[in-house]
Amino acid sequence: MPSEPTAKVVDLPSRGKNPGGKAAASDTIIDIRNLSLTFQTADAPVFALSNIDLQVRAGEFVSLIGPSGCGKTTLMRIVADLEQPTEGSVTVNGVSPREARLKRSYGYIFQAAALYPWRNVLRNVELPHEIMGVAKEEREAKARRYLELVGLKGFEKKYPWQLSGGMQQRVSIARALSFDPQLLLMDEPFGALDEITRDRMNEELLQIWEKTRKTVIFVTHSIDEAVLLSTKIVVMSARPGRIIEVIDSTLPAKRTLDTRETPAALDLAHRVRLGLKAGHSYD
Amino acid sequence: MTSAAMSAPAGVLGVISPRGRVLPVVTVVAVILALWYLLAVALNYTRVSELLAGADPDYTISDVIKGAWTMERPVLPAPDQIATDLWNATIGLKVTSKRSLVYHAGVTASATLLGFLFGTILGIVLAAGIVHVRTLDRSLMPWIIASQTVPILAIAPMVIVVLGNVGITGLIPKSLISAYLCFFPVTIGMVKGLRSPDPLQMDLMRTYSAGTMQVFWKLRVPASIPFLFASLKVAIAISLVGAIVAELPVGGAGLGARLLSGSYYGQMVQIWSALFMAAFLGMALVYAIAGIEWLILRRAGARA
Repeated sequence: MPSEPTAKVVDLPSRGKNPGGKAAASDTIIDIRNLSLTFQTADAPVFALSNIDLQVRAGEFVSLIGPSGCGKTTLMRIVADLEQPTEGSVTVNGVSPREARLKRSYGYIFQAAALYPWRNVLRNVELPHEIMGVAKEEREAKARRYLELVGLKGFEKKYPWQLSGGMQQRVSIARALSFDPQLLLMDEPFGALDEITRDRMNEELLQIWEKTRKTVIFVTHSIDEAVLLSTKIVVMSARPGRIIEVIDSTLPAKRTLDTRETPAALDLAHRVRLGLKAGHSYD
Repeated sequence: MTSAAMSAPAGVLGVISPRGRVLPVVTVVAVILALWYLLAVALNYTRVSELLAGADPDYTISDVIKGAWTMERPVLPAPDQIATDLWNATIGLKVTSKRSLVYHAGVTASATLLGFLFGTILGIVLAAGIVHVRTLDRSLMPWIIASQTVPILAIAPMVIVVLGNVGITGLIPKSLISAYLCFFPVTIGMVKGLRSPDPLQMDLMRTYSAGTMQVFWKLRVPASIPFLFASLKVAIAISLVGAIVAELPVGGAGLGARLLSGSYYGQMVQIWSALFMAAFLGMALVYAIAGIEWLILRRAGARA
């Protein structure tokens, strides 16, 4: 945080509350402290998130994993300023989520591709730049470059309905990358895809992440996916949504789909599974 | 507008006369014509038998039928009488003639289109306001609905006469009646259409920090196009009704005026001709809208 330039890299405890006042590392992109969110419903309040502490450093790939309703999507929506916490503080790049959103410092990838059906692939990818007022030539060139990066060269003039689900999701990834945000927020991006497509998308995401080294927050239901992709796995549990465990990945930086079969990966998956089980025993 | 439909490729024509459906359509037309001829005999029977009895008491049933289908002032004219009159009043006359139905249809069409234009603009502006301003949503909607419960036949003459007194005559008063009728479906359709983007598409715009105007033009408007055209087809048809109704009280030119003078002089054939002309005009207008819709949606990547 720029306000505290002397702060050293601090390894925060992965469990329990942050005592507060502890400074985040200078390369901290996301700093969540003591965050809670309660939805007021007609019959009873719903504790969507409770006492969340999480720090994400630049270049990390952080997966949020947990059962349905554990608030992992809500947590990410708070980071994106699409949802407001009832308690606690969040900073993104050292500023509030709202300021970060106004600075367009993150790209959000939704569970569905959310393409605009009346725009072709190229113009869908141009959309963020169009809104930011970038000149036609530049935004088209960027769109073409990122479409190539996600392996969709030659599909520029196709319309969304002419693409498969996996290709649509790749368009939405190109769209999020196109304006080069430091931070990617991915909300179960491959949740709706079949396993074979999902594997291929995971492989491509690894390559993209290697090339761009963006900070990624990735919400998923899949242990395999979390193990394969992440440098840090955040295990969550439901009612109230809270963090059970933060596991640092022991896998090498260079990964392929086969990495999942290595002893280190299997061990990591086992730890995640134990964490999920521990969270489950609470209710 | 009509030219767009004329020049529109096979896609539009396919809608108008889909291949393989000719026989059923012809059958239905034949049945309607047969029933019509029968009805013409039944309705004209009293008058025809009176006339025939006056001339020659030994008339036969075939005399009655023949008479019923060829009366000069029938209660219900036979279809061929209407067709002949339509032919004579369109192809058989110069367009500039005051008796040409093409001329009258043109007068009505211009009021219809002008009213349609006013109504569409008003409808879209109201919808945009309702979608963006909560107060308008609550306050305006009841008035908009109430406006359509007022019988247009009752207020049309008032509007025409009042505007006539302040020197506004001709096209404008007629198109105001049209606009009054046709803004309603446009408002309803556009409110629905402008609200049709799903939450994800709206969230996406928010993540880009898009402004209200950008969300409007880049998301809400494109998403509303199918709704808009569904509304426009209804709107242009009732815009035509509005124009005809507005022509009834004043006479002069236009299909409504032809209806009026036809009923004034008991010219049922003339009334029916004008009605058919109005129907053809209405079809042409609705298909013109469908043609424009087809062109626009194809440009926006709709499925073929």
